[in-house]
Amino acid sequence: MAMAALRREGRRFAPSSPPPLLDASALLIEHHVPFGARSISTQVVRNRMKSVKNIQKITKAMKMVAASKLRAIQIRAENSRGLWQPFIALLGDTPSIDVKKNVIVTVSSDKGLCGGINSTSVRLSKGLHKLNSGPDKEPKYVVVGEKAKVQLIRDSRKHIHLTISELTKIPLNYTQVSVLADDIIKNVEFDALKIVFNKFHSVVSFIPTVSTVLSPEVVEREVESGSGKLGELDSYEIEGGSTRGETLQNLAEFQFSCVMFNAVLENACSEMGARMSAMDSSSRNAGEVLDRLTLTYNRTRQAAITTELTEIISGASALEG
Amino acid sequence: MFRHAAKLLRRPVPTTSPAAAAVSRRPFSSDLPAAETADPAFVEAWKKLIPNIDPPKTPLSFMQPRPATPASIPTKLTVNFVLPYASELSAKEVDMVIVPATTGQLGVLPGHVPTIAELRPGLMSVHDGNDVTKYFVSSGFAFIHANSFADIIAVEAVPIDRIDANLVQKGLAEFTQKVNSASTDLEKAEAQIGVDVHSALNSALTG
Repeated sequence: MAMAALRREGRRFAPSSPPPLLDASALLIEHHVPFGARSISTQVVRNRMKSVKNIQKITKAMKMVAASKLRAIQIRAENSRGLWQPFIALLGDTPSIDVKKNVIVTVSSDKGLCGGINSTSVRLSKGLHKLNSGPDKEPKYVVVGEKAKVQLIRDSRKHIHLTISELTKIPLNYTQVSVLADDIIKNVEFDALKIVFNKFHSVVSFIPTVSTVLSPEVVEREVESGSGKLGELDSYEIEGGSTRGETLQNLAEFQFSCVMFNAVLENACSEMGARMSAMDSSSRNAGEVLDRLTLTYNRTRQAAITTELTEIISGASALEG
Repeated sequence: MFRHAAKLLRRPVPTTSPAAAAVSRRPFSSDLPAAETADPAFVEAWKKLIPNIDPPKTPLSFMQPRPATPASIPTKLTVNFVLPYASELSAKEVDMVIVPATTGQLGVLPGHVPTIAELRPGLMSVHDGNDVTKYFVSSGFAFIHANSFADIIAVEAVPIDRIDANLVQKGLAEFTQKVNSASTDLEKAEAQIGVDVHSALNSALTG
């Protein structure tokens, strides 16, 4: 009895029909709607349109932010380009040198949404690893930046020696990078350091580059073998009381910090540029989705209006005739 | 859908000769015109082992090659003076440069014997005709090459007219006091460095 009363109450409190267009529990447009059903809802499409519009606004804002950051850091990166050239002029560039202990320093970004530059750097680092692997020489990784760390940890975990993150939290300066370089040199034994980064060429083009810094012992060995650019190093006099070995030690450390400084700046520039293009294409894509959704919305709305009119008119004509 | 179009357009068109590549790739940023040289052994080894990915570029392909040693001594010295945040002088032709090496002031004229010199804090002067520009340099290296090119890399350098004499005196007094009151070796070394730099500043201003 009580159950029957409740059931009657339930029926009395059945939801009074709201306007069919805004029926919240109505069928989604994608579902197969039986012909003549009045519960076509544009709410779903409207929600989706709102979220896509928000995404478009956010990505546009991110692009503006990246553009302004790029302007600031591009000047500094271009000013720092003269820093590594004297070292190459003196010591030459020998990326194919055969040494036992290679250390690959991968420079990447901490934040994502910057296109494919971090994947490029990681692929290059893995390629270098393969190139320099041999029976008794395993290259080690020193990873700068979260994104490369995440990718490299998946399959090369045991080769990663050191990871550094949150480098760009404070604006980059030479003191910070030289302390970092000092830390790396103190903690890692190396014969050759290979620094992998993306060199900033223009806003849409980034060139993956690898810079080589040799340890003083390897430089000494090459000088004595007398081949190539390093062979000419013998003709250089060392000013001051220190031996060539000591000077080469200081030189290697200085070269590494200079090359790292340039590499980190260039990579930061590339990150901003890649983020600009990624966010630009993302907002353009969001705009296209929004256009398509608007068309669907209008079509649905007009179909509902047409259905209403048809019903009214057919009802009126049924009454008359 | 069009996200990949930008990536495809960006991909460099493979060209047969490096000269064609140099001509077709117009640099947008203020990069030095590249000489497109690369270490052939490295490129070969890379292509054999990892054929799918393009070999990375090396810094050699981004800088202009230096001229060879001329037969006779040139009249001018070409100086590159670089700092981490700027290239003060790049390929400037001067008569003489005096750098503060660890053994004292080193004068460099065209035709100087090739040298690698470590720099200590001191005065550096660039002489071009009758112009003399003086900088105070913190430390760094100077390379003098056989082709009368001088590369000076310093961590920090200021023109001496921007140095305040009063602050120098104050700093000198402060660091001398720190040297006397230093307890650990590290503190003593740091204070000693401060004293050295400030006394060099002092002599640069007066000398």
